[in-house]
Amino acid sequence: MLTLTLIGLPFVAALLLLLVKGDGVKNIAFVAALAEFVVAMVAVSQFSPEAGAQFAANYPWIASAGINFSVAMDGISLLLVILTTLLVPLIVLATFGHNYRNPSAFYALILFMESALIGVFTAQDAFLFYFFWEAALIPIYFLAGIWGGKDRIRITFKFFVYTIFGSLFMLLALSYLYFQTPGTHSADIKAIYDLTLDANEQSLLFWALFIAFAVKMPVFPFHTWQPDTYTEAPAPATMLLSGIMLKMGIYGLIRWLMPVVPAGVAEWGPTAIVLSIIGIIYGSVIAVRQNDMKRLIAYSSFAHVGLMSAGVFSLTTNGLQGAVIQMLAHGINVVGMFFVIDIIASRTKTRDLERLGGITQTTPALSVCFLILLLGSVALPLTNGFVGEFLLLSGLFEYNPWYSAVAGLTIILGAVYMLRMFQKAMLGDKVEAAEPFTDLTFSEKAVLFPLVLMVFWIGLYPNTFLHMTGPAVADILTKFKSL
Amino acid sequence: MLSIILLSIFGIVCLFLGFLKSKQVLLPAAMLFVATAFVVNALDWNRPVSYLNNMMAINNVSVAFIGIILLSALLILPLTQRYINDARAQLAEYYAILIFSLVGAIMMVSYENLIMLFIGLEILSVSMYVLTGSDKRNLKSNEAALKYFLMGAFATGILLFGIALLYGATGTFTVSGISNYVANNPTGISPLFHLGLLLVLIGILFKVSAAPFHFWTPDVYDGAPSIFTAFMSTVVKTAGFAALYHLLGVAFTGVYTFWGMTVAVITVMTLAAGNLTAVYQQSFKRMLAYSSISHAGYLLIAVVAFNAQSQEAILFYSLAYSLATVTAFGVLILVADQNAIDGRPNEDYGAFNGLAKSNPFLAFALTVSMCSLAGIPLTSGFFGKFFIFISAIEQHMVWLLVIAVLMSAVGIYYYFRVVIAMYMREGSTQTITIAPLYRLILIITTILTLLLGVAPGIIKGMV
Repeated sequence: MLTLTLIGLPFVAALLLLLVKGDGVKNIAFVAALAEFVVAMVAVSQFSPEAGAQFAANYPWIASAGINFSVAMDGISLLLVILTTLLVPLIVLATFGHNYRNPSAFYALILFMESALIGVFTAQDAFLFYFFWEAALIPIYFLAGIWGGKDRIRITFKFFVYTIFGSLFMLLALSYLYFQTPGTHSADIKAIYDLTLDANEQSLLFWALFIAFAVKMPVFPFHTWQPDTYTEAPAPATMLLSGIMLKMGIYGLIRWLMPVVPAGVAEWGPTAIVLSIIGIIYGSVIAVRQNDMKRLIAYSSFAHVGLMSAGVFSLTTNGLQGAVIQMLAHGINVVGMFFVIDIIASRTKTRDLERLGGITQTTPALSVCFLILLLGSVALPLTNGFVGEFLLLSGLFEYNPWYSAVAGLTIILGAVYMLRMFQKAMLGDKVEAAEPFTDLTFSEKAVLFPLVLMVFWIGLYPNTFLHMTGPAVADILTKFKSL
Repeated sequence: MLSIILLSIFGIVCLFLGFLKSKQVLLPAAMLFVATAFVVNALDWNRPVSYLNNMMAINNVSVAFIGIILLSALLILPLTQRYINDARAQLAEYYAILIFSLVGAIMMVSYENLIMLFIGLEILSVSMYVLTGSDKRNLKSNEAALKYFLMGAFATGILLFGIALLYGATGTFTVSGISNYVANNPTGISPLFHLGLLLVLIGILFKVSAAPFHFWTPDVYDGAPSIFTAFMSTVVKTAGFAALYHLLGVAFTGVYTFWGMTVAVITVMTLAAGNLTAVYQQSFKRMLAYSSISHAGYLLIAVVAFNAQSQEAILFYSLAYSLATVTAFGVLILVADQNAIDGRPNEDYGAFNGLAKSNPFLAFALTVSMCSLAGIPLTSGFFGKFFIFISAIEQHMVWLLVIAVLMSAVGIYYYFRVVIAMYMREGSTQTITIAPLYRLILIITTILTLLLGVAPGIIKGMV
């Protein structure tokens, strides 16, 4: 029932928002998102990690075809639900400084998106998963396409076609799996996990599924939509894309790829790792050269996600746990950073590093928050990024030390581009554009302080979360023990 | 059967209603007639019978197909409202012809004898030739009617020739007789039979605009008044596919090895021709014409897959496609008239610019319809495609599906062009006043599209 509430609440709230006109919309959206967070916290309080998938709800959906509306949460799902329900209210709060036109549609789309995202993270039926997967795309397409920047039409369309194209192959793969299930067929995740497929089938299925997830994350060479889309989308859409939607890809790998085609993963996983590592280096090197702050973070996000995907394919407990905790950490950091950039951009009317400088002088609160989030991203010890990247790299090390060494460059390169950004934008002489720069307002603080708190929480005591996901991760890895 | 008799009478009544001074009564009368037929047809549910010495048979499948056809017609009729105040429009004749054509469509769905198929097809086609040319002051409409008539006449001739050859080979016109012939002669099937089969197939594939018999489609769809294009692309297509599947599924089951590959090749050609050409269109209406070709391609996938899932998949897809198409044409008619240039409706993509701001309802309805045609979840079109894909996957037709998937991605490109125009471009369209009945139709189609997109179980598993 809790899972259903989590999916239904934002959906209903979004429908109601469509009926409301005027400025109150923001507040209603925020309250709804906050209520959603409270529900998620209730779920957390009742959660027991060892019990596997819980809070289950299962109703026949297309009864004649054995397709059910089946949702439940295990540790990994719950972690992502926490991430989603934590970030969405903050993202809504982050828009309080702006006045987007047609606000009821704008906030309704955000809440629709939240509902679909939670559906993706909790679906226990292959087709339900696909359904939510695509349903999450529609709101973000309109958010980016209607409220985005100058070149939004072309870019968001590219993003849209690109991701749909990837997902269609996933649909084929899932349908194929569905028909392999015995009897009258079932799309239930357990039935699909129990299939025995030959090596050739598994290889084909691996690619059909992997491409869908790789486009979403994105992994090299499927990333070309990402920097443009992140740059052109309005700030809240960018936060949704990078903070949560990107995790759909990683989650897909963990839930719908690895346990489903273990032999395929064993055969092609190494290729996927190489692609991911290319992405890490490639993204980082390009990020060093960027002057548009949003674009810089977009490339850094591309690099980070590469490491997560490599960690997943290392097939080690550390790698997988690292990927899971890093999903949470990255979501927090990247949303925080995009918000800081949004603040800077709306006050100075530019995101160009060459035209910024000296912002620290009048903004102690903003500077400190920015620095903490940035150091979290660079994986400084005591911050959330460190926990994630350390686990990821140690997982990768177990798999192959050389890969780990190369992937480890991400930390060094990360420090280079992040600190360069901070230095150029925040330090030095104050430029004209930054002249009347006021420090954080109350609502901005309300966004950034919780994020900063989370940076330290995960950095200092990651066990809160690792404890939650441990059994679920172990469960997935048992599939590989026999190989 | 009762619905055929009723509709024939209603058609004649409709002609006489034309003598009345007031045109206002025509539309309600026509709608009432079709609605009556719909109810009468629904009464046959779970009561299979055969008529006219087994020349026609009604069972749940045909009842469902007839239901879709009559529902589409019922939804399309109110869209003719703009003709009421047009002195030149011969409203009574239009309605009468539409109703007569429905009789043909019903025959095509429920035939058990190839003669009935032929008669049904002819009734439907001749009505369509006339309606295509009904905008007689428009050169494009005249050209379209002539083209359609000439090409259609050829196709009918080919169909009739095929039927004659089949008769020569098997000595029977009945569907079951032909299937018995195949079963009884596993080795010695006459070559005439194969030739006849191909010719019949071509005749029907022409009607559903499958490549390479699709060349008439764009010009005819473009030239005909939009309202009749909507009728053509829903009713004719549904009836055509019901007829095709009945023929292949019953009469020619035994020779699947012969026609399977042929139809598979045609499927690929249809998908490619429809989707790839649609990309280059500047007119929304012409795009819809090519999209109708591409949908014929998706439906053919289910025909090729040819298993227990196929018929239901075709049924669901036809319904989903019809609903979305009615919405698309409904919005198109309003927008094109609003942006008319020199008194002619403007059917280009440009006419839709900024529609979301001036007419949010129309923009939303059209977006749902486009998502459905593109096969995006939350709409019925997704499940339509989905059921077709799973019927093909069960037969391990992976290569066909990969092509279909690539073509679906292409489809998104051209369907979303209009969505982009409506939501993301600036335009000058004024607020369009929509008659209450017209609005109601758009609301119904949109809600049904969304409803079937969330709960396909309502229809799926019914037959």
